[in-house]
Amino acid sequence: MSGHVEAAPVENKFLTPGVKVLFLLFGVGIVVAIYRIFAGLAAVTNLTNQYPWGLWIGVDVSSGVALAAGGFTTAALIHIFWREKYAVLGRPAHLTAMLGYTFVAIGLLFDLGRWYNIWHPLLPSMWQGNSVLFEVGMCVMLYLTVLYIEFIPVVTERFIGRSPKWIDAILRFFDKIFSKIMWIFIILGVVLSCLHQSSLGNLMVIAPYKMHPLWYTPLLPLLFLVSAIAVGFPMVIFESMWASRSLGRKPEIDVLAPLARMIPVTLGLYLIMKIVDLTIRQAWGYMFEGSLQSTMFIIEFFVGIVIPLVILLFEKARRSAKMLFWASFLYIFFGVLINRVNVFFIAYKPQYAVKQYVPSIWEFLVTIGLISALAILYRAFVTIFPILPAHQEKA
Amino acid sequence: MDLTRRNFLKFTSAAGAWGVAGAAQRVTASVPKSEMEDWYGVLVDTTVCIGCRKCEWACKDYNKLPNQPIEKYDDKSVFGHMRRPDSETYTVVNGYDDPNNPEKPYYVKVQCMHCLEPACVSACIVGALTKDEKTGAVVYDAWKCIGCRYCMASCPFQIPTYEYENALTPQVRKCTFCFDRLPKYGGKPACVEICPVGALTFGKRSELIELAHDRIAKYPDKYVDHVYGENELGGTAWMYLSGKPMWEMDMMKFKDRPIPSYTEPVQHGLFKHFIPEISLFAFLGGIMWLFKSREEEKGRTEGGDK
Repeated sequence: MSGHVEAAPVENKFLTPGVKVLFLLFGVGIVVAIYRIFAGLAAVTNLTNQYPWGLWIGVDVSSGVALAAGGFTTAALIHIFWREKYAVLGRPAHLTAMLGYTFVAIGLLFDLGRWYNIWHPLLPSMWQGNSVLFEVGMCVMLYLTVLYIEFIPVVTERFIGRSPKWIDAILRFFDKIFSKIMWIFIILGVVLSCLHQSSLGNLMVIAPYKMHPLWYTPLLPLLFLVSAIAVGFPMVIFESMWASRSLGRKPEIDVLAPLARMIPVTLGLYLIMKIVDLTIRQAWGYMFEGSLQSTMFIIEFFVGIVIPLVILLFEKARRSAKMLFWASFLYIFFGVLINRVNVFFIAYKPQYAVKQYVPSIWEFLVTIGLISALAILYRAFVTIFPILPAHQEKA
Repeated sequence: MDLTRRNFLKFTSAAGAWGVAGAAQRVTASVPKSEMEDWYGVLVDTTVCIGCRKCEWACKDYNKLPNQPIEKYDDKSVFGHMRRPDSETYTVVNGYDDPNNPEKPYYVKVQCMHCLEPACVSACIVGALTKDEKTGAVVYDAWKCIGCRYCMASCPFQIPTYEYENALTPQVRKCTFCFDRLPKYGGKPACVEICPVGALTFGKRSELIELAHDRIAKYPDKYVDHVYGENELGGTAWMYLSGKPMWEMDMMKFKDRPIPSYTEPVQHGLFKHFIPEISLFAFLGGIMWLFKSREEEKGRTEGGDK
């Protein structure tokens, strides 16, 4: 494998006050989620016959997938384009993707009416090749498997020489096999990511008569793919800085600033595609209709795409930890997360809807609980496994 | 929404740059068109319907849905607002003013249209919704269903509803066309059977289209010259005759293009013999190899062993 860096488990105290708060939020979320399982969707969500999809699909599932794009983009950068300089970012980005996709699957479970049938798409007798959702489901499942396989070297590195003899032998065997064939899984991971990131955008193409024209375009799959590729590095930057802060380390600005230089390329491409699409479809006018939809579009477009792009064009801004952090955050939150929310239940405007769907407090609590659990697990993993670089200077 | 077929093709061919190939338009229909014409349908004459709502009662009665005594259905106050089907109601009748006759409004019965090329069947992740080959009814298999509700998001008529209240075994609920009692089993849908004024005509879809055009030709003053459902979205099993356009009575105006043709060509092009996937894999593998050898070359010339 290329780009091997010295990584080590962090030695920080695990149960800090911040982690305790996360545990509390996770506890609340899990209680609501269990209540949902036994009391039903109606007891917890504001979903209706007009709005079958809400916060959990818009955020937990589709934003979750998009924001885990740091995994395959850094994998491509380090292992396919062979940029060793960034190797230090590889493991944390991969860990976030692995945990992110795991929580996408868990989040989806709570949304499915018959969650215990989630394995049905695996049965060849139920394969449905016409369904966009079928493809998304299969790709996500395969990619999750690939992500776990890609984690094997971290496990072997951690436990070889520190385990009973027979386990050690197994680990060494795995290490030998996978160091030879890992390149296959790395490329496979990128291919699978491109497939389902775009297909996720194809999902709502099936509702041409319900989607608001500011978002409805046959180009949705391509827009989803490009916006996911563009959000990969901002996510890596955001997480790296967050982790540095939380672990009392110095931000890795020497690696992050050059990484940020690549963002304007993909983000710029995304912006151009959006502009061309809206121009060809002559949809700009809808921006001024003063509706919920037009307001959300303006926020997504300017706060989420234009402003972070402009900030990141400046070398000085990319060198500033603060600017880099906030520019990344703007695109992540308003450019991607709000975009997915918009596509799945703001642009989705069914004719017979009596009132706009607004997520219930309980839906929010489950989503927040899942994100908290993800953060706790991230901290646990970097405490147990060699993921973050060793010998970091203290801030 | 200005989404012509030409525009769509333009976009997909642009997307073709990375492997989305444009494919045939009609995909869901593995059944030949001629056989589809043999499927059943119902012609709803909204000018004949008197809004007695006996069909609502009969539907609930046959499908074992929570029901009221039939006399309760005489209540005309329900026409004060538009009603929609729900998980305990597969069909409802709504009333609309007839500008030429204030005495008798038009009544529009709402239920699953049983599209010839249904969006829900194309959308369903596990094939829980299918087109019954003999009757053309869109039928649901709760045993397969995972409860993702993509069918509801996809249906242009907003017909499938969900048992949100049911915690453990919720189902998608919608009109079944009473497919288990259609002619091969010797009967008609419950709603058609009970209709006292002949507002609902059951039969082969192809014959109903003829009948509809005959009626329009015979009474051109009574009907608008359009059979709603004949061509909409590729055609529906349930069709409507009306005195004013259906889109003035809460039905949407649709193009003829079937909904599955929006997503399936992309979907199928993307997976045609897995060529795009294999190409992308090979392409990335090539880049990986290229950069690796370049890196090794650099290592050699620099003389370092890094």
